[in-house]
Amino acid sequence: MKILTANRLGDGIAVWYADGGWAETVDQADPAHDKAAEDRLEAIGARAFAANEVVDVNLIDAEVVDRVVEPVRLREKIRAAGPTIRGDLGKQAERAA
Amino acid sequence: MYRYDEFDHDFVQARVAEFSDQVQRRLSGEITEDQFRPLRLMNGVYLQLHAYMLRIAVPYGTLNSKQLRMLGHIARKYDKGYGHFTTRQNIQFNWPALSDIPAILADLASVEMHAIQTSGNCIRNVTADHFAGAAADEAADPRPYAEILRQWSSVHPEFSFLPRKFKIAVTGAERDRAAIQTHDIGLHLKKNAAGELGFAVYIGGGQGRTPMVARKIRDFLPEADLLSYCTAILRVYNLYGRRDNKYKARIKILVHETGVEEITRQVEAEWQELKDAELKLPEADIRAIEAYFAPPALVDRPDGDEAVKLARLDSKGFSEWLDQNVVTHRHPDYAAVTISLKGIGDVPGDASDSQMEAVADIAEKYAFDELRVSHEQNLILPHVARADLKAIYDALVDIGLATANSNLISDIISCPGLDYCALATARSIPIAQEISRRFASLERQREIGELKLKISGCINACGHHHVGHIGILGVEKKGSELYQVTLGGSADENTSVGEIIGRGFSSEEITDAIETIVDTYLGLRTDPQEKFIDAYRRVGPAPFKEALYAGEAKAA
Repeated sequence: MKILTANRLGDGIAVWYADGGWAETVDQADPAHDKAAEDRLEAIGARAFAANEVVDVNLIDAEVVDRVVEPVRLREKIRAAGPTIRGDLGKQAERAA
Repeated sequence: MYRYDEFDHDFVQARVAEFSDQVQRRLSGEITEDQFRPLRLMNGVYLQLHAYMLRIAVPYGTLNSKQLRMLGHIARKYDKGYGHFTTRQNIQFNWPALSDIPAILADLASVEMHAIQTSGNCIRNVTADHFAGAAADEAADPRPYAEILRQWSSVHPEFSFLPRKFKIAVTGAERDRAAIQTHDIGLHLKKNAAGELGFAVYIGGGQGRTPMVARKIRDFLPEADLLSYCTAILRVYNLYGRRDNKYKARIKILVHETGVEEITRQVEAEWQELKDAELKLPEADIRAIEAYFAPPALVDRPDGDEAVKLARLDSKGFSEWLDQNVVTHRHPDYAAVTISLKGIGDVPGDASDSQMEAVADIAEKYAFDELRVSHEQNLILPHVARADLKAIYDALVDIGLATANSNLISDIISCPGLDYCALATARSIPIAQEISRRFASLERQREIGELKLKISGCINACGHHHVGHIGILGVEKKGSELYQVTLGGSADENTSVGEIIGRGFSSEEITDAIETIVDTYLGLRTDPQEKFIDAYRRVGPAPFKEALYAGEAKAA
């Protein structure tokens, strides 16, 4: 399964495409289970990039764990949570708050 | 220290205005990311994993208290309360919004700072010995020449689109603390038999995926010829350096592929065309720049010896810090202090906003308003009276920056790694923290003695692992982090590239492996004075391989 991620243009914050917009957390990202869905996400990403909403758009591997979307690769897990050495920063901190 | 003249002020202000306009046009969608990316990189703005990152230049690592206070202010107002000091003696902030960067640059300009040429294929921040101007062993302060190089290289029209980035370092001492042989150009300022100043010139050093030790192409270049000779080197590189492959584009590859004799011939031939023209530095100009770096008026403070002696008796912590983090100054009543940004278990090179402000206060009160950033990611007070050392120590204790580990195993260079960096393949900071905690005992660290451990989270080697006595390179293998160990690297006057010792280690195994290496060294050194690097050079890798892997061979 794939999900669409990028960084928001104005502040650079990592975002994921979910429910018709760009969410600040990965949990509910729109999944693509087949090639057609991946193409659809990619087209959305390309449009958002062209519209200067986001930069560094990527389709990444993800899985669903306990009904929550999680990226597969460590790099993307860290993007989704924040630095592993600073639990007080990034998404993980916002979630805890 | 150097003060901006009218030209510098106008130049930096003009750049702030220009880049602010570019940011506004990007945010409004007037220019595309493809158009904007090279512009932002020219101004030190990267996009990392979590956010943008802004790298700010600290020319030759020299700061005053006002500037450090401003960095603290930026950390607090625009970032998340901290900054990261880098191996190029710069500082980077990990979380700025693009929309805030014009305001940050305006704040920086107000204290004569900027982020120009901290990225891109141009001549980067020129680095220098962090004890410059204070060291007892230097021929002269290298920073005036670093400043001359800064002025020459800033938006140099001919050298703004090089095949790849270009790094220059200058040292003024035989004992190289600026790692000049790992640079594209390394300059060793020295005096000839006649007492004249000049440079030994090295080219083609570098780390990254193809580490190389620089080659000396000239033993003595008169100081007046600094710019004409560097221009000749850059011209040869700009003309012949490879542009077909990013990974083969540094001058080290050109030197390697051309051969040092031939490239020396090319540089010398180019220089013949340039040496007696307008790039020759007038004596008066060199001395005028030098005047900016005039040392502070160091009045005699003979009370220092007695004060230090008494304070030693009073405080074990002070005594240990004195032994480890305080070095001899050219003036006997003074010393240079290393403020360790490597507290046990801390993130190497990170400092909080309030720590920056407090260190600025200490520098203003006790250190003639002068600070340095070292390429080993620490802060330095280059000139302090020995009589004030105890007060400085106490002030550092109050802010958690009195760790007495300079040059010991927990004084680790580490890149940001996969916790922040978009290029990284593995984390480096948590490994540094775990090793630091494992070797937390100062007694044990001091028994081990000088040991430079350096960690990079990818092959680009920002953490200088190739030249660590012990180097650790984090890579990704089958979806997991794997740490490869190199031994025998060194970044001083006897620069060497470390050798890979064997198969890599998982994140769970790596600290044990480092401990095995250290214990092996302790077991084979001839006496406690034989440093790790000297012992390694004497015995080679075999005993370390045996200790790390012999069990496996038997098991297999």
